Amino acid sequence: YAWDANEEYLFKAMVAFAMRRYSSKSTTQISNVLLCNVTDRVSFWFVVTDPSKNVTTVPGSEVEAAIRMNRNRINSAFLLSDKTLQFLKITSTLSPPVEPSTPVWLIVFGVVLCLIVAGIFFLVFAGIQQRKKKNKESTERENLEEKDEVTGTVENGIPCEVLDLKAGHINGVFAADDERFTSL
Amino acid sequence: LSVSPEIPKEDGRPKWDNKFQYILSCIGFAVGLGNVWRFPYLCQIHGGGAFLIPYFIALLFEGIPLLHLELALGQCLRKGSIGAWNTISPYLGGVGAGSWMVSVLVSLYYNTVLTWVMWYFINSFQEPLPWSVCPLNENRTGLNEECYESTAVNYFWYRKTLNITPDVTESGTLQWWLILCLATCWAIVYLCTIRGIETTGKAIYITAVFPYLVLTIFLIHGLTLPGATDGLAYLFTPDLNTLKNPRVWLDAATQIFFSLSLAFGGLIAFSSYNPPKNDCEKDAVTVAIVNSMTSLYASIPVFSVLGFKATTGYWDCLDRNIISIINEFDLPEESIIRQNYTAWISFLNSSHPEKIAGLQLKSCDLQEFLDQSVSGTGLAFIIFTQAIILMPGSQAWAILFFIMLFCLGLSSMFGNIEGVFTPLLELQIISKSIPKELISGIICLISFLIALCFTLGSGSYWIDIFDSYAGSLPLLVIAFFEVIGVAYVYKIKRFSKDVKWMTGRKPNLYWQITWRFVSPLLLLIVFVAFVTLQIQKPPSYAAWNPKYEGFPMKEEKVYPPWVLAICVLLAVLPCVFVPLVALFHLIKRMCRSKDPNFVPPEVLSCQETNS
Repeated sequence: YAWDANEEYLFKAMVAFAMRRYSSKSTTQISNVLLCNVTDRVSFWFVVTDPSKNVTTVPGSEVEAAIRMNRNRINSAFLLSDKTLQFLKITSTLSPPVEPSTPVWLIVFGVVLCLIVAGIFFLVFAGIQQRKKKNKESTERENLEEKDEVTGTVENGIPCEVLDLKAGHINGVFAADDERFTSL
Repeated sequence: LSVSPEIPKEDGRPKWDNKFQYILSCIGFAVGLGNVWRFPYLCQIHGGGAFLIPYFIALLFEGIPLLHLELALGQCLRKGSIGAWNTISPYLGGVGAGSWMVSVLVSLYYNTVLTWVMWYFINSFQEPLPWSVCPLNENRTGLNEECYESTAVNYFWYRKTLNITPDVTESGTLQWWLILCLATCWAIVYLCTIRGIETTGKAIYITAVFPYLVLTIFLIHGLTLPGATDGLAYLFTPDLNTLKNPRVWLDAATQIFFSLSLAFGGLIAFSSYNPPKNDCEKDAVTVAIVNSMTSLYASIPVFSVLGFKATTGYWDCLDRNIISIINEFDLPEESIIRQNYTAWISFLNSSHPEKIAGLQLKSCDLQEFLDQSVSGTGLAFIIFTQAIILMPGSQAWAILFFIMLFCLGLSSMFGNIEGVFTPLLELQIISKSIPKELISGIICLISFLIALCFTLGSGSYWIDIFDSYAGSLPLLVIAFFEVIGVAYVYKIKRFSKDVKWMTGRKPNLYWQITWRFVSPLLLLIVFVAFVTLQIQKPPSYAAWNPKYEGFPMKEEKVYPPWVLAICVLLAVLPCVFVPLVALFHLIKRMCRSKDPNFVPPEVLSCQETNS
């Protein structure tokens, strides 16, 4: 928006409002705020005269304090911010940054850690299961091989003389049935 | 009985699920953080496009031959680094032990770099990003002083992440947040390497491919940013005069060497899980070329973003000057814009020189902003994070960027851990009944406990020390002895026969010449030049000291003698294995040769080991 006499009027009104709120002097009028040295850059000087006593100006520190108290109201009246509407010699108090109750990073960290620990446990258990299955399989296979050895099947191609040298266990269940088999 | 056909002997050795997994693992090992934050920096300071000339010459005469040598060795002998070199010749067993030692040392500190990446990653989920704003000081009147003097990004890195001490001798305390992240990183490494290549082979599909995806996204986005073309022009403009400086050639040779992760023993371990009849020559050329192409591909988004950052900094500088001029002369807004700034300045200088001088305007020069080049952690954690704040949607970009860095580093860690793990499995000291999961768990646990020292306040200084001394010089020495060992102890004729048995064709003249003469000579020259440069000035480091009068510039300090002793120890320890083991076997042989029944063991060749 362009800066014209109406905006100047609004500014005077805001300063008067600020003075009224600050010092509770409800007699400050718009006519008590005087602007001077207005430039194209939209910068100007202003003074506030004391309504009760004519011709004297309110001390600068009072004006500064009043404006500081109502800074956000003045800013929003003009749709500006601390950066775009600058009062020389009035520094803005900085707002503290928002601190959530638990730091966000701890939450993310917790999620990541849980996932990884779950993955590790899963893999370790899968490995243990696999090993148990392999052990069971290999003992089953051993039993099967022993059965084959004693009944003397030819399929695995092991000649019987070699088997006799091995310290094999004779399975009592089958040993009794020896007469059933034809002699070689 | 039927005669069994030409099936390779089932020796119970784990193997890759498919060839693609193996190639990806080698590529992942070679492509690491250095491709992203060292190569673009070297390219920039050594004359842009002109740097590619020494780089490709080094690749051709040093990188590819050594890579082929290591892959062929591992595939032929089917053992990790220690076993393989013991098989070639017992006198060369020290080379394997040296590789193993280097892998151990590098694994320790490399994961701490990943810890920092992880810390930044989990902090990227906040709005606003924690490194974009300075915290307030105690009485809330202004910004924290250390942050105000330097920048918010610097403050977050040096204070909130590292909590760095002003001197390497001051250890500071353990930073608990870094310990948590370190534990997580080692847990991730354990998860992926729990059963050796069975598990890393699955994990590598993600960790090796994902960075390329992110690099492409950054490439597309980076090219759309303002100022990207300035950055790219700056990177690639060739300045052929730099080639006269021998430093450039040395940097190219060392960059190729360290970029391909040679002499770690990890490549030997990877290729030892291959079937013996595999074309290792093609593999070597593929891996080397992909690694170099990745470096080039990565430098494009990096420099687009750096160009964007430099342009934004330049515009900020201009804007600040413009505001002060407008305030001083009470000119209307928008009368001076960036485009007519120089015209206005010259006009105002001629009409009101004393006012302009009184304003103390900073001179804004785009070249100066572009010249602020950094490599290493500074690039990733300071400069890039600053550029990310300026992009819209910074959280997403930060998350993507740090996941990419994490994947790049993790795939390199796999290779390092394999270089430690595989030789240990083959040494007789570990019995076969101990499950692999337990061994990898113990390795990860011990490494975690030792790496806790890097989470101290002075940790980042120690990591620089490890990086400069343990991760550089010993590798050159070991690689030199590798080439000499294969070329002159094992003899190239025999090696060529082995390679012919594996790939089906004899290695051609290029391989013969490079293996016999060019590569050893180049390695020797690089080693001598490297050592000479190191000796020329006393080793110093740059410390972050808020009480320094030149703050925020870093303070140059010299290492105290006990730290220097540790540096020398780190550099010498892996190398010393080579002569020690050779001496040990020499003495054993001299004692044994007095025994008439003693027959010296034969050196097995590739075919004998496998048939």
